[in-house]
Amino acid sequence: MHFSDRRLEPLWQKVCSGTRLSREDGLLLFETDDLLGLGRMADHVKSRREGDRVYFVLNRYISPTNVCVLSCAFCGFARKKGEAGAFEYTIEDIVGMVSEEVREVHIVGGHHPDWPFEYYERVIGALHAARPEVQIKAFTAAEIDYFWRRWRIEPKDALTRLKAAGLESMPGGGAEIFSPRLARRLRYAGKADAERWCEIHGIAHALGIHTNATMLYGHLETHAERVDHLLRLREQQDASGGFLTFIALPYQVGATRLVPRGTPPTDNLRTIAAARMLLDNFPHVEAYWVLLGEETASVALHFGADDVNGTLEDERVQHMAGAETPAGVAREQLLRMIQDAGKVPVERDALYNVVRVYN
Amino acid sequence: MSADAALSRIRDRVVDGKRLDREDGRFLLTEAPLLEVGALAAEARFARLPDRVVTFVIDSNPNYTNVCVTDCQFCAFYRKPGDPEAWTLTVDEVLAKVESAAAQGATTVLLQGGHNPALPLEYYLSIVSETRRRFPRVTPHFFTASEIQTIAGVASLSVGDVLDRLWDAGQRTLPGGGAEVLSERVRKRIAPKKGGPGAWLEVHRQAHHRGFKSTATMMYGHVEDVDDVLDHLDAVRGLQDEHGGFTAFVPWSFKPGNTLLEKWIKHYKGPNAYLRMLAVARLYLDNFHHIQASWFSEGKRAGQIALHFGADDWGGTLFEENVHRAADYVNRIGVDEIVTLIRDAGFTPAQRTTEYEIVRTY
Repeated sequence: MHFSDRRLEPLWQKVCSGTRLSREDGLLLFETDDLLGLGRMADHVKSRREGDRVYFVLNRYISPTNVCVLSCAFCGFARKKGEAGAFEYTIEDIVGMVSEEVREVHIVGGHHPDWPFEYYERVIGALHAARPEVQIKAFTAAEIDYFWRRWRIEPKDALTRLKAAGLESMPGGGAEIFSPRLARRLRYAGKADAERWCEIHGIAHALGIHTNATMLYGHLETHAERVDHLLRLREQQDASGGFLTFIALPYQVGATRLVPRGTPPTDNLRTIAAARMLLDNFPHVEAYWVLLGEETASVALHFGADDVNGTLEDERVQHMAGAETPAGVAREQLLRMIQDAGKVPVERDALYNVVRVYN
Repeated sequence: MSADAALSRIRDRVVDGKRLDREDGRFLLTEAPLLEVGALAAEARFARLPDRVVTFVIDSNPNYTNVCVTDCQFCAFYRKPGDPEAWTLTVDEVLAKVESAAAQGATTVLLQGGHNPALPLEYYLSIVSETRRRFPRVTPHFFTASEIQTIAGVASLSVGDVLDRLWDAGQRTLPGGGAEVLSERVRKRIAPKKGGPGAWLEVHRQAHHRGFKSTATMMYGHVEDVDDVLDHLDAVRGLQDEHGGFTAFVPWSFKPGNTLLEKWIKHYKGPNAYLRMLAVARLYLDNFHHIQASWFSEGKRAGQIALHFGADDWGGTLFEENVHRAADYVNRIGVDEIVTLIRDAGFTPAQRTTEYEIVRTY
């Protein structure tokens, strides 16, 4: 392979021989002008694992509430109790949101000041009883940590009880970016930090609960902070092995305006490709189309991504933060996004079991 | 030949400055991995234009009439003569549009319209000469090839005569629209009244011969196949060999909204097809200096990504645009945003003229 930035050649050697990339390698991936050189290496890694397959899932995002005790500076979603725009759904509301075709529900919400842990447990139990075939992916490590902070329920107990109620897997949110500096600056220091976030994922993995991992970027973080975040995830995966997918979350400027504008599509492609190369122990890397936009998500399928997420009929968190993409695209739209890239769409379930291959 | 071997053969040709043949083009358009094509195109771009500069033009794209007798199946803009929605501007009304563009800083006005047989030669000549007289800083980038043919037909003059008259009135450049896909089969199907590829090519040939500069465009994503695209690329490359009169190649995807073709073609070709087309154009059109990324037709995100696939120009501000709008496809931008988007994509923005001379580097 020929690179316009010759410094990428040793990295290519490492990729070919299956040698793990170093922190310095990671920094180079974020600095090089040779975006397509990086993309071609990531594409090679992706193709070696998955060939031309690209996954999607028919899923539904549900936020039980946006009432939150935290005030994270990047969040356009949270409201205080009683504030205009605050919402709190009943169990009946939530069960009613899951339409026929949905195979996975994704439940993430605010850190509610009053709702007892048992309420969340009942939400999962009621959903599972009403729709036993639907896989429930629920509660970020930040929320599990909050159950400890608020109600003194140990993560292991919380996850054991939720699993018994019907929880299948955990989403990867709440990681934000692992940086004590930014946790203070962006007021998310009250959330699980890197150690705690990783600890909780490790506990989940030990209980047989698969999880995802994310990184919120494109705000005030440095490239080194991105690389360190990814390497911390890689380290945790070495230790506990239960991560399925990494999802890069570009910060949505919306009303919080930490930066004047969203990071460009070229940076999104770069970040996905760098993640694919650094996270050599993650099965999947996602191009989350709701945040990237359809065009970039489709192109990202050549930059190491093997998944576009799903139908997302109601993605309140990202929408209130200003994501432009209309919620709820039809399956046809997902298929087109994948087929436009010349890839083979594979409908999956929450655990990446193949439901249908669209040849 | 394996894909790797084919790629490395093409790369050797590109590096040695040898022209790609049809088989190379076919492979690049169909089988070659997208990012390999893109990386090669970027290499060719930087070999030709080593600076990480991306140019743009401050321009507007108004229309003087939507009356048209050509009935192209891909067009949502035109109305037949006598249609209640048909309109034609007077010379003064057109000049008011030029004035508005000039007031916003435009250096180029790309004026085009339907093929309206009611308009005499003097109408067109007055627009050119008055634009030159009243707005000397604006380059009149007026009238595509098929309009020139219409003007000639109505005035019972040859195309060459019309070009001479336009030249005398002060015009020096022509826009490249109306090429669609330069293949007999495609033009017969979607634009039968425009004539074959030779019609478009002959106007540009005669224009270049007289010293006009023009662009070459391609609107793909409808009924064409790979051979049609290769016919198009061969045709414009061949003509460029004759006089070197093309400043840039500008491809864009067909937008089916509100057109006759919408019945068969529901969606426009996505960003991957666009990036491939741009990159192949950069590699195949070895005698073209500039390849334009059309933020307007493909979206700003695809435009930014395209700068890494061999494109070196961002197109224009298009203060006014009505043809895509008629297909329900709308995009807006200002100079500040262009500068920001080019920088964000990793390049140095520079304002240019219609003829690609740099006016100001940011």
